[in-house]
Amino acid sequence: MVGLQFRQVYFSYLDGLVLHNIDLSIKAGEMVGLLGPNGSGKTTLLKLASGILKPAQGEIKLDGSSISQLSRKSIARNVAVVPQQFHIPFAFTTGEVVMLGRTPFLRALAEESEADRRVVNDALELVGIRELAQRRFDELSGGERQKVILAMALAQQPKLLLLDEPTVHLDIAHQMEILELVRGLNTGRGLTVIAAMHDLNLASLYFDRLILLKEGRVWADGTPAQVLTEAQISEVFSASVRVEQHPLTGVPHIVVMPKGSAIKRQ
Amino acid sequence: MRRRKKLILVLSLLGVSLIASLFLASAFGAVSISLPDILRMALNKVAVFDFPSTWRAAEETIIFQIRLPRVIGGALVGMALATAGVLFQGLLRNPMADPYIIGTSAGAALGATIAMLLPINLAFLGFGLVPVAAFCGALATVFLVYNLARVGGKTPIISMLLAGVVVSSLMAAIMALLISISDRLQLNLHSVYSFLLGHISVTGWEQIAVIAPLVIGGIIVARFFAFHLNALSLGEEGAAYLGVEVERDKILILALGSLLTAAAVSISGLVGFVGLVVPHAVRLSFGPDHRFLLPASALGGGAFVIIADLLARTIMAPIEIPVGIITAIIGAPFFLYLLRRTRKEYAF
Repeated sequence: MVGLQFRQVYFSYLDGLVLHNIDLSIKAGEMVGLLGPNGSGKTTLLKLASGILKPAQGEIKLDGSSISQLSRKSIARNVAVVPQQFHIPFAFTTGEVVMLGRTPFLRALAEESEADRRVVNDALELVGIRELAQRRFDELSGGERQKVILAMALAQQPKLLLLDEPTVHLDIAHQMEILELVRGLNTGRGLTVIAAMHDLNLASLYFDRLILLKEGRVWADGTPAQVLTEAQISEVFSASVRVEQHPLTGVPHIVVMPKGSAIKRQ
Repeated sequence: MRRRKKLILVLSLLGVSLIASLFLASAFGAVSISLPDILRMALNKVAVFDFPSTWRAAEETIIFQIRLPRVIGGALVGMALATAGVLFQGLLRNPMADPYIIGTSAGAALGATIAMLLPINLAFLGFGLVPVAAFCGALATVFLVYNLARVGGKTPIISMLLAGVVVSSLMAAIMALLISISDRLQLNLHSVYSFLLGHISVTGWEQIAVIAPLVIGGIIVARFFAFHLNALSLGEEGAAYLGVEVERDKILILALGSLLTAAAVSISGLVGFVGLVVPHAVRLSFGPDHRFLLPASALGGGAFVIIADLLARTIMAPIEIPVGIITAIIGAPFFLYLLRRTRKEYAF
């Protein structure tokens, strides 16, 4: 179980400040959604959490130790990342791609062990893509590929799973399938999950805690009911919405309020 | 497990065909020597064997002093170029990244030309400044092309090819300039010319003694990067998520590829397309896993250049055509075929 702390973290790309005084504490076993408009710093925050970007100021602690002190390998043994998409230029099979998740555990000239193969098979099983193992990755559909990447991340046996808008290119059925899977891993195995999310309603349904970012600052942090209010959404996204209750679960359900042209059509 | 056994079998077969092509290529030339005789000669060098000599002493001299060094030189060139091709392709995630096409070879050649030009004679075991200068030229070019081709954290195929072509042309122009203004090079115009077209110029064991450890060592070191090269198929960021220290690996892999290219260029000049054709054929037949791709390409590349060099020496005998012409005649159509087949990827 791995927790994550951001202490007064600042980060900027060459062209300007991107994250400003981020102070966050995410406990082991939490399932946290990052929300915010494009360019609000969600992806940057995830890249800092995975250690591939270093903060300009402040400190990020993974399970108590400063992430800048850890080697890539030891981070990869604890933290796995599922990005929006991967393009793989060579014709690897699905099984081979999932085996890539074992990279941080393999020694240079050694072969993968029986245990590694078992982990890969379990990951394929868990994500429900066992039957795709021999298929070529580049011939799969977008939804199938995203599941393969999730299985690869799970083959790392991570304690913390970071997802960067994992469902953004998928249809609604695949979006829900991926989120159900991740939710199941969170409740069933205590996997800590942080995911940047685009769809506010899906975020409201599947996450216990939401963090709303605006222009590189934490704007709101709390339960979906605390974060997804009409005032905060219209302020952060500059969109006019009405917040209702989900008929089944009671969590906030956001209804987009159209402007002139769409109303007239009625 | 069955797949693993199959791959080991394929590697053994490739090893056997490399050795078979060594002997086959030794048999042909101005004087034909029968294969059984060559085998007996070779076995006699191993202490326990003592076959009665059914050949003339001159034939033994031809085999051991002329043919074998040349044929082994060809094998080393092919092994080095094919391995360098795999390294560049894996790192750049670009199946077209052959040392010849991305300009590494031209850089090595320019380095070598400058070294030939300098009135310095640091001859050491048949080599002087040339391989060192070739290595520096290769390394400088690969970093130049890589940085020119890089767009937003990626090296797209199209910009890689463009940067490679332009840098290669620039290197070739500088070389031509140096040749036309230097008496020293013009005196050796024929050797400069065959250097540019690719010609295995091994004249004795001294060169092999220097190049072989470099190439074999390079191939062994390359194998250590197999898992990381597989992870790099996901891109630099994806590989970093899997625990690869990308910046460190990148420098080591580019340096290793440049070293192998320079080793090949220093005894053969510019032999093109080996690093493209061989790894591709292996990937198409057995998949892209670098644990298998690296050794299989090295063995296949060795056999490919031995046979190409055999053709170069024999098809128009007594005229010897540069081996680079043979590899280009085989390789260029293959390259165009690949470009057509993957045209979706570089649509712009």
